[in-house]
Order: sequence, then structure tokens, then C-alpha cells
Amino acid sequence: MSSPPTPTIAITGARLVDETGTQDADVLIVDGAVAEVGPGLTGDVVLAADGCVVAPGFVDLHAHLREPGDEEAETIETGARGAALGGYTAVVAMPNTTPTIDSAAVVRHVIELAATANLCDVYPAAAITVGREGTQLSPMAELVRLGVRIFTDDGSGVQDEQIMRSALEYAGSLSHLADGIPIVLAQHCEVESLSRGGLMHEGDWSSRLGMPGQPAEAEELMIMRDIALARLTGSRVHFQHVSTAGGVAMVRAAKEAGLPVSAEATPHHFTLDHSACTSFDPVFKVHPPLRTAVDIMAIKDGLADGTIDAIATDHAPHTSHAKDATFADAPPGMLGLETAFALANTELDLSIEDLVGVMSWKPARIAGVDDHHGRPIAVGEPANLVVLDPEASRTVSGSAMASRSTNTPYEGRELRGIVRHTIYNGDLVVQEGTATR
Amino acid sequence: MIGGERHLLSMADLDRDDIEQLLNLTESFAEVGERSIPKVPALRGKTIAWLFYEDSTRTRLSFETAAKRLSADTMNFSVSSSSVNKGESLRDTVETITAMGVDGIVVRHRAAGAPHRVAGWVDASVINAGDGWHQHPTQSLLDLYTAREHFGDLDGKHVAIVGDIKHSRVARSNALAFATMGARVTLVGPQTLLPAHLDGWPVTVTHDFDEVIDDLDICYLLRMQLERQSDAVVPSLREFHTEFGLDVRRADRLDDALIMHPGPMNRGVEIAGEVADRPNAVITEQVANGVSVRMAVLFLLLGSGLDIVDGRRVAA
Repeated sequence: MSSPPTPTIAITGARLVDETGTQDADVLIVDGAVAEVGPGLTGDVVLAADGCVVAPGFVDLHAHLREPGDEEAETIETGARGAALGGYTAVVAMPNTTPTIDSAAVVRHVIELAATANLCDVYPAAAITVGREGTQLSPMAELVRLGVRIFTDDGSGVQDEQIMRSALEYAGSLSHLADGIPIVLAQHCEVESLSRGGLMHEGDWSSRLGMPGQPAEAEELMIMRDIALARLTGSRVHFQHVSTAGGVAMVRAAKEAGLPVSAEATPHHFTLDHSACTSFDPVFKVHPPLRTAVDIMAIKDGLADGTIDAIATDHAPHTSHAKDATFADAPPGMLGLETAFALANTELDLSIEDLVGVMSWKPARIAGVDDHHGRPIAVGEPANLVVLDPEASRTVSGSAMASRSTNTPYEGRELRGIVRHTIYNGDLVVQEGTATR
Repeated sequence: MIGGERHLLSMADLDRDDIEQLLNLTESFAEVGERSIPKVPALRGKTIAWLFYEDSTRTRLSFETAAKRLSADTMNFSVSSSSVNKGESLRDTVETITAMGVDGIVVRHRAAGAPHRVAGWVDASVINAGDGWHQHPTQSLLDLYTAREHFGDLDGKHVAIVGDIKHSRVARSNALAFATMGARVTLVGPQTLLPAHLDGWPVTVTHDFDEVIDDLDICYLLRMQLERQSDAVVPSLREFHTEFGLDVRRADRLDDALIMHPGPMNRGVEIAGEVADRPNAVITEQVANGVSVRMAVLFLLLGSGLDIVDGRRVAA
């Protein structure tokens, strides 16, 4: 028995933006691939997209999908649906679940759940150390064989220098199991002996509000250390959610020195600053914390000059009851998948080409998934695409999101730029801003 | 109402007129306290809940006394023996209490901003009885009242707040409170016990207690948490006492300047034992005034619009 043929999709009237450049053309998608690019195309489904941009689907290097363990906050299905609505066709799922993604069994489980949801590709990142406890390396070779390309103890950084050195050396010698793709260790940079107890950025606001702070130096010291370890080992280090001006400057210098480092920044770190915490509303509690206007400028500059390779969401759903607490007692994290494009489009001074680059092909390359994502829009390429309307506006509403949680810090804010359609593996998973499955 | 609000959360919300109004009202209630039957019916029929997530004897008793003198009904949410130990969230607890019908909730919590959170969830008036390192507004008001009784006017008076500023809600409250009333405020302590950033604070800072002591009108000492020496913020309590304690030698240089302390004192740490008993140490006056100030606060926030207190019409 053969399944019914997938309807062909034609996107007409839009501007196509990919790594090779920009052109005005229609796109025809047949059987999961781009079949034709040119004028006057039509298909079973025609998406009239005048004034819109067609781009390779976005790739998120950093999402907490909470499954297994905290399915009340999010599941892989709801997270993947939110991702699709946000224009993502690929998401790297963070391993700080319960149990931790640090074994073949859990990796397989996540891959299976993602395949069932079938809304976007979900690539599990695995923990660098067993249980993210910072002492024993996870079975990296076994996990790379299952497809893991990124390892991270995200939620915390690997505190011990020797463990981190070993992890880099060991992971650096596994690319033969991954078709030659280098394995990436992604670090949540936070020296805990300096940040311990800190609820927000240590600065004038934390001092005034009487809240323990985390100094910028807690992040910067670990970035500095890991740059040194990248030099020592020659292995790839990716800096997650860089939030400080000092961190951006160090990454820039490391890249100029030719070291194998990359970096991501989150939308909240270039749109919100620590003054938001004056409300004591834990919707603004996040790690690393919201910092200063100076840091925001540095991150924007870093995105503009390529120091920061990618926008990553650090999508971190939490239930309302977890956030209905004091700032101290609530868990850190905020939603990101469904607002990232609009925030970047509204707040950054980037061309649409550069914007798509930091959300699509550059993160695809870091994640080692650039054979399927971030591809040129050309005949024969996999049809993982997004149709964007950069000029249309929408008001953010947490309860209207696909996520199981509602903890967006942008509630009620009007943002410019919407995701109209998302095409995953040739299927229209989001049509006119609504998930089709 | 105070600053147009129905809550008392932070001294940052009060301007000088608000504070003057409260201190004037406090005078009327201080008089009530001196009557043979120190009780007025101003809050009869009003219910106030105590929600203390952190141990407190003096603040709790002071609020209770104030509420009783105003004839309010009170109910106590005892945290140690309650659903909190069964994992109930702050919001659920607060909603349970308000479902019973309360007009005011007095909150003390170890987390900064807890009263602000509570205020966002309920219709009742919320009074901050101390939140983490953040604020303790009724302490500030009673301190201002005590100082005003001695000086009349605080304009240009020099106040030193000494010791563990960083971890002190009293310091954060009082730096604002005294500055708002026109006083000059100096924070005195080692850098490890000062907030990391003081931009925008209406204060000057010194690490040298002896530099300012001759110039003071008020020497305000803070309780030193005895466990701080294990955090490596001071080498030892002995060294803290030598550098930042009000010992006899320094106390002699104060002349008639007021010695204040929010209590409870660590005699021999931030204050020498005998200094605490000098005539210019007004620590027990502070306690006595606390009741009157809290009567004024409860009355202003919970009173029924316009009430007559001792013949004067007071806008509530």
C-alpha cells in the first residue's frame, strides 16, 4: 500500500532569501523537496506570498522542551508545535530533563517522541557529564552514534577545568563517528562560586532591590577559561546565551585569533534589561540574568559583526504555579520559540539576509544539521522553509501560544514580523500562523 | 491613602508629604497609647491577617498591639504549623486567606518583593513587614518618628548607617527615608558589607567610621548577622567590632547624638554592651513608637474613608 501523494505546494510572489543571495521567484515543492524555482509556478496548494520573504526554516540551538520529566510545563509535541509556529524547522533540545539526556535510552526516547510529533526536527543535545553533575563524562561515543552532535550541561556550566579539558579532548576525537562533522561542546558559562545565590544581574538594580546578584564576571571568567581550553585542545566550544559585553569582546578576540569557538545570544538578552526586575515578577527571572543597556548594545554589535553566530531562544517553559511565587523561589527561564523572529525583526538593525543567517544557516552549521536545514532554496534541496511577513504586526499573548506554559515576558507587546507558513519536510505544518497538526 | 496607594510596600513609594502626614497621625495615636484604656474603635469590624514567613517577635507583637488598640480583628497564619510545610505555594496560601475575608495582610518574607507579589494577587491592603534585604517601611517610619521627636526637623541632620548594609532591609529603607526627610546619610562599612552598586542612592559612603563619628546627629547601627564571618565577608566578629562597632571610645565622641538600633542587638558586636544603655541610646523608644506608627499605617490603609481621630478629620 502506498500512502496518498503529498500535495504539491507553490509559494508565489515572495522574495527568496538564502545564503546564496536574494531573488524574486516562485517556489514549487514536490515530495519534500524544492522541485522548481522560477516565475509563474502553481501547485495543489498555492500560498500567495506577495510582500513576504521565503527563507530556509529557522534552527534553534537552544530549547528546553521539558520532556521527559516536566510534561506539565511542555512536551516535545507542544514545544515542536511552538517551534513550527515560530518558523523553526529544527530545534536542539537541551538535556536538563528528568532523567537527564545522558544515555542512549533517553536519547532514543526523545528522538521517538519527536518523530511522532512530526512538526519539526528535534535534535537532542546530550549532557557532557552524567546527570549534569560535572564529574563523569557521559557515554559520548555511543550517543554520537545515535546522532547527537552537541553536548552541554546547560542549566549549569562544567565547573572543573580538568573535566572540561577531558570532555573537549574526548569529544574532539569523535568526529569519525559523525561523518567528519566536529562534535560541539556548548557551555553555559557561569562560575558558580561567584554566582551562587544570585537571582538577577549584580548591578544598581539588584543593589536597590535587595536581591542577591550574579556579577557579569561569573559569565566572563568561564568564557575566558573555555577560550583557553579551546586553544589547549583544539576542540570546538560553543558559548551559549552570551549576555555580557565582556563576553562578546572575548569571543571576538578568540575568533580573531583563529580559535574554534562560536556563540549564540537570546532575544531576551538584546531586548530586556535588569530594570525589568523592579516588578519582582519572576517572568523576568532567567539565567544568565537580564543585564544592562551596555550589554544589550554589545550583543547587537556582536550579532551585526558576526562575533555572535546565532540567535538561540533558550525557550524555557514553566507552569504558572511555578512562576506564581516570589522572585527568589521561582525557577529561571522564559518562553522564546514563538517570539524570537518578531523580536529580532523588531529590535535588531540587521538586513533580512543577515537576520535569516543568524536564525537559520549559521546555527544549522553549528548544530551539524546543515545537510537538511539552512539550505539554499534551489531545486533538489530539502523543503524546510519558512514564509515570513516582516512588516505585519502582532500582539504577544502567552495564552495564545502553542506552548503548554505562558511565561512570556513580552505579554501585550506589539511586535513587527510574523511567521505565516512553515514547511517541514515538504509538509505545510503551519499555514497562516496556525499549526495544521 | 499613602502616595495614592492602598499598600505600604517600600519607602520608595512615599514622598515627604506622605511621610509627614503619617508622622503627624502617629502623634495622635501615641496619645491613645497613653490613655488608661489605650483602645479606639477606628478599625472595628476590619480583619487583618499576619503572614509571617520569617521569624519575628518584635515586629509581630508591635503590629498585633497596634491592631488591638484599633479594635481590629486579627488572624494569624502560622507558617511553621501550616500548609506551607505541605508545599502550598505563596499564591495559594494568600488566596486561601483572602477567601476568608480580610481587609489587610501584613507580610514578612525572606524573599525580596514577596509583599509586592502578594499585592498583585489580592484586593486587600498589603503591608510590608520586611522582605528579604529589600525594605522594612514601618521600621523606617518609626525611626523617623523617634528622630523627629528629638530633633523636630531632620533637615541637614547627619545620619550614619553603620555595619552590614548589604544584607539589611532596614538600611535600604532608612537610607531612602532619612534622605527623603532632608537628612544627610552616610553609609559606613567594609566594601564586603556594602551593596555592589550605589549609583543613584542619596548617600555618601565611607569605610572609616572614625572619619564621620564626630559629625553625627544620629548613629544608626545595624544588626550584624553572626554567621557572616563564615561567608568570608569579615575576618572575625572581633575585627568587625574593632573597625565598625560602636565601642565606648567612639560612643564618647558622639556627645548627644542619638544611638539607634532596629533590634535585636548583638551586644559586643555592633554595639558595646554598656553603650546600649546610655541615655542617648533610644532603642526602647524606637520600640514604643513602633506601635503608634503601625497604628497610623493600619488606620490610613484600612480606615473607612474619613474618620475622626481626636477631633481632627483625617483623610484615609
